[in-house]
Amino acid sequence: MITAGTLSGLAWKRFSRNRLAVFGLMTIALLALIALLAPVVSPSDPTAINVYKVLSPPSSTHLFGTDELGRDVLARMIWGSRISLKVGFVAVGIAISIGVLIGAAAGFYGGRVDSVLMRFVDVMLAFPTLFLILAVIAILEPSISTIMIIIGLTGWMNVARLVRAEFLTLKERDFIAAARAAGAADVRLIFRHILPNALAPVFVSATFGIAGAILTESGLSFLGLGVQPPDPSWGNILTAGKDNITVAWWLSVFPGIAILITVLSYNLVGEGLRDALDPRLWQDGKR
Amino acid sequence: MLSYIAKRLLLMIPLVIGITLITFIVVHLAPGGPVEVETEMSMKASAQARENLKKLYGLDKPLHEQYFAWLKRLLTFDFGTSFVDGRPVSGKIAERIPVTLEINVLSLALIFALAVPIGVLAATRQYSLFDKLTTVFVFLGFSTPTFWLALLCMILFGVTLGILPISGIRSIDAAEMGSVERLFDHLKHLVLPVALSAFGGIAGLSRYSRSSMLEVIRQDYIRTARAKGLQESTVLTRHALRNALMPVVTILGLSVPGLIGGAVIFETIFAIPGMGQLFYASAMSRDYPTIMGILVIGAVLTLVGNLLADISYALVDPRIRVKGDT
Repeated sequence: MITAGTLSGLAWKRFSRNRLAVFGLMTIALLALIALLAPVVSPSDPTAINVYKVLSPPSSTHLFGTDELGRDVLARMIWGSRISLKVGFVAVGIAISIGVLIGAAAGFYGGRVDSVLMRFVDVMLAFPTLFLILAVIAILEPSISTIMIIIGLTGWMNVARLVRAEFLTLKERDFIAAARAAGAADVRLIFRHILPNALAPVFVSATFGIAGAILTESGLSFLGLGVQPPDPSWGNILTAGKDNITVAWWLSVFPGIAILITVLSYNLVGEGLRDALDPRLWQDGKR
Repeated sequence: MLSYIAKRLLLMIPLVIGITLITFIVVHLAPGGPVEVETEMSMKASAQARENLKKLYGLDKPLHEQYFAWLKRLLTFDFGTSFVDGRPVSGKIAERIPVTLEINVLSLALIFALAVPIGVLAATRQYSLFDKLTTVFVFLGFSTPTFWLALLCMILFGVTLGILPISGIRSIDAAEMGSVERLFDHLKHLVLPVALSAFGGIAGLSRYSRSSMLEVIRQDYIRTARAKGLQESTVLTRHALRNALMPVVTILGLSVPGLIGGAVIFETIFAIPGMGQLFYASAMSRDYPTIMGILVIGAVLTLVGNLLADISYALVDPRIRVKGDT
């Protein structure tokens, strides 16, 4: 049964009934809290070198062991979670902004604007994303801000397609004709009237996008192209894991699990949001 | 059918031009451009030497002229010469492509061979234990960093069990083996790279074929087929599967750029001398001609992958073919 209420109210109701999605959301909140409180919760300085404790296995003093310089892996992972959080949100923020602007312009104006912008999208989609990212990193210095910007610049195409599709149908609706008749300018029509109604799929895509951005960043840092040592990130701890693959399994196992859980949480939330925000799925009662 | 393919090929032309344009722009974003990189290696490079180099690469000309000159050379497959060893880029790429293609084609085959049966089985037994396990696998597949999984597999199969080689594409003593033995040795080296680059795709495509199959099963013509007394297995394979597979083929084509891009990571991890490893090395040494060459070829390979997917789609779906002919 569908009771009256706002879209967000109804969506939240459906979302909160999805146990996996709620679990994902709680995990994300916990991870965000750990990242914010890193200076407090971290057991030690993540860059403190201890030559007497090189590559020591997990123990009560070093829960996740130490790395090749005797640094505490748990501390490095806690500080590394800040990187993941930052990369996820900033990269997706950039991607969404570009995608919304291009998709809105294409869908709203149609015609030649639409075909030029959509061919641009096609061209961008033809490039293997990692190739584009690597090419830009080759030119600029690898750093966390470079990474965030490039992941954003190469990740907006699907958002643009989604927004365009929404705009194509929404702009034909009566309330837009009414707003136009009332004298609303294009910019107002786009941002005040159409965009708010087109945002649901964007939120879903953004959530999956954060998961993807975290995966990409960890992969790049793993290859030595992302966050540069001594700054910790989950990806570059794994690089140390690869270098010490025969002797220190803990370097490879724990950061990977952290990435897996984080990305999984965002994917679960994205899935929950998709179901919750799509009114077409509401009639069939349960999932 | 031929006119459909011809039309699709024509539509690719503007895309290829766009690909070259973006490649050119990305590389010329470099502060100082390619010459700075080459001269900063040798401290003694004088201003005069720089000017000579600029002339050599035509970098003293306006950007649009440079672009058209580069484009003209591309038409003859002349990608310039590598900054690193002075060899023609086309030759460097050509010797790297076969391994990368081999791994990608095998991965695509593996994805298709596993994901479609998994998806179909899950759909026909919706809400069963198998279906639920599939969903769990799909989520884990989406969320697992594959380079990490590669690392774990190297530890397990390479170090602990010692049953699979973890680097390169052949053993050191491969030259002394017989041809059968050598092939076997080569395939053994490919097991982990192929399985891992297919991993994400298997998860994605299983989910996709599951939902595609679920959608088809609800159609009226399936009910009709059942109503006229056909066996369930005939209904599923002849009527449902054929229709459910069509969108799956397209998605398989769309996974090509991911596979090619993933080559950078897997070829680096497993020390495979393919295009991805060459690209990584070129990026590290800022070998601009090679970077540009691989960017263009990688994107064009993606277009070819999409084209093949569209053609196979048209082969199974007469509606597309006929519409393309008129």
